[in-house]
Amino acid sequence: MTLALAVDIGLTLLILAMAGWTIAVRDTFASVIGFVTYGLLLTLVWVRLAAPDVALTEAAMGGGLTGALLIGAAARLRSTEAATRTERPGILTRTLAGILSAAVTAALAICVLNLPEPAPTLAPAAAANLAATGVGNPVTAVLLAYRAMDTLLEAIVVLLALLGVWSLAHDRAWGGYPQLRSTADPDGILVYFARVMAPIGIIVGIYVFWVGADLPGGKFQGATILAAMWLLAVGAGLADLPPVSRTWLRILLAVGPLVFIAIGLVGSVIAGAVFAYPDGYAKPLILAIEIALMPTLVLTLALLVAGAPQRMPPQ
Amino acid sequence: MKIALDIFTILAVMAGAFFFLAGTVGLLRFPDPLTRLHALTKADNLGLGLVVLGLLPQTEWPLDTIKLVAIWLFALLSGATVGQLIARAARRAGPTP
Repeated sequence: MTLALAVDIGLTLLILAMAGWTIAVRDTFASVIGFVTYGLLLTLVWVRLAAPDVALTEAAMGGGLTGALLIGAAARLRSTEAATRTERPGILTRTLAGILSAAVTAALAICVLNLPEPAPTLAPAAAANLAATGVGNPVTAVLLAYRAMDTLLEAIVVLLALLGVWSLAHDRAWGGYPQLRSTADPDGILVYFARVMAPIGIIVGIYVFWVGADLPGGKFQGATILAAMWLLAVGAGLADLPPVSRTWLRILLAVGPLVFIAIGLVGSVIAGAVFAYPDGYAKPLILAIEIALMPTLVLTLALLVAGAPQRMPPQ
Repeated sequence: MKIALDIFTILAVMAGAFFFLAGTVGLLRFPDPLTRLHALTKADNLGLGLVVLGLLPQTEWPLDTIKLVAIWLFALLSGATVGQLIARAARRAGPTP
């Protein structure tokens, strides 16, 4: 057995144990921490599978952002947790749920194990046409040229999620400031940390976004880093979140998907298909979409974590 | 020269791994939040520091080397900050029975 195989097997066992623990543990907060650890281990798996793009996304979105959302949810649920525990579903429901989950897992495992050898792949075709898109990173080419529609829907899904969070607001607080507010000591360590870290983090976020054209990276990962830096500054009391009724905020939230849709529709007139880019213009159009989507994504992700409007807007 | 650097890498990374192991044992065995934090910071600072130090001869000067050192510095900074914040929260919550 080679050393690499031993590492892979160890990693797999750890992930399975972590997944089991996340489901089995009673305490919601402990379960969330288990899930975040699971996400970070999954990042290592993607690195081992030589998929750094997916690994970056998993670390930023799966571990970081989802983790922050779930920790927030667990903190809100804490007061009602004891009450919910008394009304656990019966043994029959739990057994049925377990059997159903096991059946889905088994079906997936059978499908993967029965894939023909070598597995069907479009990778050579994607690599062969890379030059036509003008970008150097095949993953970016897939996301913004071959499968642009999927990426558009992804961007719209996070926007819909934000609308869902906002719709939880109380009538009185509608249009007000999001829930997140700073309780940090103005002379405390968090303020110092935010002052040192935020400028560096912003540069790293923009770099990750920009480098996505040719190397692993991209707008989702970069946007997550920028959103995290904004939230860090907000948490330290150095910056403020806008009330959700601000017009510039609404415009920036809508502009990314709108530019994306507009470029897609123009393609159907000029290049003959929706999301087809005219010859020679692929790279600038992809760049235009990415730049328009970036503020939308940063705002959406940060405001998702910040939560529903809770305080009244200034009169 | 190459073999000397490789031996240095192996020794330093192993020393780093030892501090991670010691930090994990401390996290599991120590009685209260403050001592557990103390154990964790050893793993973060010294463990990661030694791993990074060991990997430095294997990197390509200058970009990769600087990136690795930067990662260690950021881990130090965020580790120290989070340690302070958790310690403050733990002190506010009072001693656990």
